Amino acid sequence: MAGSPVQVTGTVLTTRRVDAYHALTVVAPGIADRFRPGHFVTVAVGGRDSSMLTRRAFAVHDVKPDYGGTVELVFGVRGAGTAWLADRKARDTLDLVGPLGRPFPLPRDPCTCVLVGDEHGSASLFALGDALQQRGCRVDFVLGAPSADRVFGALRARRMGETTTLTTEDGSLGMRGTVTDVLPGVIADARADAVYACGPMATLRGVTAVAAQFGIPVQVAVEESMACGIGVCMTCVVPVIGDDGVTRMVRACTEGPVFRGERVRFDDVGTIPFDALGAPGGRHA
Amino acid sequence: MTADLRTYLAHVELPNPVLTASGCGGTGRELAHFSDVHRLGAFVTRSITMAPRAGRPTPRMAETPSGLLNAVGLQGPGVDGFLERELPWLVERGARTVVSIGGGTVTEYTALARRLAGADGITAVEINLSCPNVEDRGRVFARDGSAAAEVVASVRAATPYEVPVIAKLSPDVADIVAVARACVDGGADALAMINNPVGMSIDVDTMRPALAAGTGGLSGPAVRPLAVRCVWQVHAALPGVPIVGMGGVTTGRDALELVLAGACAVAVGTALFHDPYACPRVLRELEELLQERGFDRLADAVGLAHRPAGAQPRPRTDLEESSL
Repeated sequence: MAGSPVQVTGTVLTTRRVDAYHALTVVAPGIADRFRPGHFVTVAVGGRDSSMLTRRAFAVHDVKPDYGGTVELVFGVRGAGTAWLADRKARDTLDLVGPLGRPFPLPRDPCTCVLVGDEHGSASLFALGDALQQRGCRVDFVLGAPSADRVFGALRARRMGETTTLTTEDGSLGMRGTVTDVLPGVIADARADAVYACGPMATLRGVTAVAAQFGIPVQVAVEESMACGIGVCMTCVVPVIGDDGVTRMVRACTEGPVFRGERVRFDDVGTIPFDALGAPGGRHA
Repeated sequence: MTADLRTYLAHVELPNPVLTASGCGGTGRELAHFSDVHRLGAFVTRSITMAPRAGRPTPRMAETPSGLLNAVGLQGPGVDGFLERELPWLVERGARTVVSIGGGTVTEYTALARRLAGADGITAVEINLSCPNVEDRGRVFARDGSAAAEVVASVRAATPYEVPVIAKLSPDVADIVAVARACVDGGADALAMINNPVGMSIDVDTMRPALAAGTGGLSGPAVRPLAVRCVWQVHAALPGVPIVGMGGVTTGRDALELVLAGACAVAVGTALFHDPYACPRVLRELEELLQERGFDRLADAVGLAHRPAGAQPRPRTDLEESSL
């Protein structure tokens, strides 16, 4: 099966700074072979006797065939774990598990897709953009962040996309505002047939609302904090409506991270909706 | 020569002593991507409840030094979903399955045991006693020897005689030996310890508890000394009772520590989140450590740390089978 994850000890090939983010390229043939756009990998941080027990999950920015297969991860330093990872040098080894999660579904026929990325969420859009273009799709990008140094991949988006719209909240790059402010215009201009989005939950919620106004399908990749990434710890759950109309608390790592936007109950993230399957009836919540 | 790693939970033989800890191996399918579930000593399921449960809101997890706080809230499909979708898969894969059960009342535990009694392929039943007792203002069963014994006795009575019943104890008690003794008197064939002690973490940036539930269970190497102490005390008081030791096992050395304290089997929990191959690795490391120390059999090492200071390890007895 294509998506079956493997654990590999990969050697860091290159490290680079990309504005506010760090990018690591790691030799991991087993993961590169199985990778599809939307997959993520988890990394053990802190070395062998680490006191940090949870694996850190990262979207894969790029997969290349050199050295048998490499994956590139993009991340911002947010805590001790990512700070450790940012200190890695070429030839260090990393414990990776991947590819994990459900990848982006691709349209059967060529169509026009808008790819929306907020902050480093845009990292996972480029592999997707490649796959879409190979199928003859037109790709338009909307990338945003609070400030210019946190907009990831603007250059590559400009090269790849039919159009690229950039937004920053402080107005330091592109339009002032958020991706959801400009999205209706982009969808209308491109006559888009579908939207793909990665980023924080609030952005995905806004993107989903815009796509719903236009009545076009939207696929979102959620960022939920997770401990294992392989589906055993049950900590990364989000309320999602199933095919049968029943809301379930599903794991972002295994059933996701890619969901149909309209199926995710963004307003109820961080709660157990009262009508979810198995929601506490107040008896022994 | 390889060491004999067979172990017994009451009368049930397991080919090796490394189990998954309840709630840390998912449904088994997730781990099967990495290693075969039938090569585990046994697969312990998450705690199965009568009705489906959605669990606690997120955030459910917070990382602490060498530990993990979690408040998942027994999310699961309920016993019907488990018997329909999860158990058959484990049986088909040849996994020895220990089904963990959780309930809010003695009646609920009994009803669960009855539902499981009709199912094939259950190696043992583990009673998660760290559930709030609805009839006792939400105090967990494991805190109170008599409440724990009542649950154990009723589950034992409802479970077929050939299926051992394991009582899983909490370290959050004044006297774990008293609770252990009450459970054994109530009919427990084996004991498992420790369940997560309750902890809490506050995010100093948001100035709110890190978990949505406020408090959560602490696991990982941070709690290992607590586990060793509990296993030691209970084995000293009840040397004939098989103990499944768990709490922060990440390597073969950790497993051997619990074995020396008196555990005849060891469960790997939080380490699975970090390393999905943890179970086979811990088993391999444990086997190597036993061989290095000249043990032919795991059973000879069980509880060995209890021997008087200066005494040599027990000489091997070829004629007599170990009681464990």
